[in-house]
Amino acid sequence: MNDFINMFFNIELITKVLPDLVGVGLMNTLILAVSATAIALAFGIVIAMALISRHRWLNWPARIYVDLLRGLPVILTIFLIGQGLPYMGVQPFGPSAYPYGIISLGLIGAAYMAEIFRSGIQSIHHGQLEAARALGMPYTTSMAMIVVPQGIRNVFPALTNQFIGIVKDTSLVYVLGLAVGERELYRIGQDMSQRVGNLSPLVAAGIVYLIITVPLTYYVNWLDNRLRTGRVPVIVEEPATKAIASEGAKA
Amino acid sequence: MTTTTTFGVRVEGLHKSFGQNEVLKGIDLKIEPGEVVCIIGPSGSGKSTLLRSMNLLEVPTSGSIYIGDREITAGGADINELRSHVGMVFQSFNLFPHMTVERNITVSLERVKGLSSAKAKDVAAARLSEVGLSSKASSRPFNLSGGQQQRVAIARALAMEPGIMLFDEVTSALDPELVKGVLNIMIDLAKRGMTMVVVTHEMGFARQVADRVVFMDRGVIVEQGPPDELFISPRSERLRSFLSEVL
Repeated sequence: MNDFINMFFNIELITKVLPDLVGVGLMNTLILAVSATAIALAFGIVIAMALISRHRWLNWPARIYVDLLRGLPVILTIFLIGQGLPYMGVQPFGPSAYPYGIISLGLIGAAYMAEIFRSGIQSIHHGQLEAARALGMPYTTSMAMIVVPQGIRNVFPALTNQFIGIVKDTSLVYVLGLAVGERELYRIGQDMSQRVGNLSPLVAAGIVYLIITVPLTYYVNWLDNRLRTGRVPVIVEEPATKAIASEGAKA
Repeated sequence: MTTTTTFGVRVEGLHKSFGQNEVLKGIDLKIEPGEVVCIIGPSGSGKSTLLRSMNLLEVPTSGSIYIGDREITAGGADINELRSHVGMVFQSFNLFPHMTVERNITVSLERVKGLSSAKAKDVAAARLSEVGLSSKASSRPFNLSGGQQQRVAIARALAMEPGIMLFDEVTSALDPELVKGVLNIMIDLAKRGMTMVVVTHEMGFARQVADRVVFMDRGVIVEQGPPDELFISPRSERLRSFLSEVL
């Protein structure tokens, strides 16, 4: 029993790794996750629009993109993109692996987000688009002002779930090789665990992940519940007929 | 504010198919500016499709449609510009649920007509007062009854100052006690000289307000004429049997 506690919950080692975990690892994990999510959201909505397009030259590439990136293991894609781009000489951010990790996670996330956006947009009754078009709004304006905002609201829980997934997937970015100051939670826990031959630092890293992900999960559940039950409408019908008659006379 | 011109409509040889299913089989119809035309007929007769063709929500398979003197079915027609002059009200209201009642009206005024936010709000206030819903400007659609929602939808369409209004079974989704408020607005609108094309099951309304009633069945216009003539002495067997079912 003591061996178990010592291997996983050695307080001394946990205390020792904590400053790096919180000061360096947590920050990097959040930077990676939030930046990747921003890319995933922006690119995901574009792909979603292509997915629902009736033009096959928009539709097909989007479909292939989504199928590929959702079908491949995350770590493989991270390698292909994160090493492939710099090797090809595409180094807009210099030699550091960090930005490529963000791009990889963002592009993978975009494939998942695109599907979520697509389902959200398609869940909106076509009467909404028709009403907007009938008022003279062009297709893009109608989508941007009327359909997409409603669609996003419906899938907000799913999008938040995707963010949780991205937070966890940031732990894979280490395969690209990170500088000391660029290490995220997993890498910091793993580094010290290997150095001291004890898993407690890794457990500490795990706990920090849980502090982020578990509350978010409950938040998603709560959101989901609220969306499903909906707000209860309060309807007060006033006697319309008389009001109209008098308003009509004035007009 | 621009003065509203009323448009007539001319439909010539209109055909519309959905796949193998031909819904409109050659429609010719001329509606004069300021005329109120009610289209009646059994479900599946093509009356909604005909109405929806008039602002190109349905694209005709063949034939032409003129709004005023402009052919909307012509190749280069600016559909968005055209639609901003053709008001449409739907059976299911189709208010934008993520916007307030006021915003439902101002969004197209700003985005399509290019009005300033302040001007758009003035127009919205005026139109809401006409339908007796000034107090609901900041409400959300889901807090309104069906009748109120439909009145907002009419106000939204009128705010664009259309030259013609299309009504697609606008009272069919309403509880009976809410129908009257909506119909009264439409009656008022007709009195003010608006060109109106009304697909309806409300025979009482058609009788009272329509200048002309058009009876459609299986994709063709079977019979048309003044309401008294049509309702009292229908010439065709199909209209007789339809009327005996709905009256």
